[in-house]
Amino acid sequence: MSAAPKPRVKVPKKARAGEIVVLKTLISHEMESGQRKDKDGNVIPRKIINKFTCEFNGQPVFSCDIDPAISANPYFEFSAKVNESGTFKLTWVDDDGSVYTDEQKIEVD
Amino acid sequence: MALSRRHVFALAAGAAIVPVFQFLPGRAVAAPEDVGKLIAEFAGGKEPQSGKITLTAPEIAENGNTVPISIEVESAMEGDDMVDQVLILADGNPSADVATFAFTAMSGKAAATTRMRLARTQNVIAVAKMADGSVYMDKKEVKVTIGGCGG
Repeated sequence: MSAAPKPRVKVPKKARAGEIVVLKTLISHEMESGQRKDKDGNVIPRKIINKFTCEFNGQPVFSCDIDPAISANPYFEFSAKVNESGTFKLTWVDDDGSVYTDEQKIEVD
Repeated sequence: MALSRRHVFALAAGAAIVPVFQFLPGRAVAAPEDVGKLIAEFAGGKEPQSGKITLTAPEIAENGNTVPISIEVESAMEGDDMVDQVLILADGNPSADVATFAFTAMSGKAAATTRMRLARTQNVIAVAKMADGSVYMDKKEVKVTIGGCGG
């Protein structure tokens, strides 16, 4: 991996109570499938993000178990119903055990 | 058999192509029974019905490395009318598993979009498991011009 995986997340800043908002997330990651071989014929070991979760104020909203068939720089778009102001916590888990996180605040009235 | 000049050229061309294909893991293909088994395991013995779930995928994907797919399941996402999980499979990839989405009442809507790899032209399958145990399935064929997963 050339650079540390960097999450990019888009969440509306404001919403009305009970509104369903759309979250867009992307993290830079090569998602090495474990299927490819290098030029000497050795299998390049698998290294992917295998799990993504989203929580709002500590409550689970959406999660995804990920297999190597997800593209490099994995992108997820999903919805969340917000009834109160709070913080979205997004977590990506790497095969090597690394955990990458991002937090986004939303104001609800 | 005496080799004509034409045959020699054809053989040479064939020999040149073979090593290229050896680098394409797309040759390894998930067996159809794997897909059936994965669906049955996920469905917990229930027969998947059509309807409720919509899988959106391009008819033709020029680049199999990044194919956008979306799923949406009709559901109020409240009480008993709830989508628990959606399984995504691809029947022509080296491994059929793609991803499993998990929803909660806080999702508000059972919808998600991601980007996936397709090694070759094949079916993408989405299976939704509802809170009441019922199972729904949708399937789309995507024609792939340049396979993903390869080197």
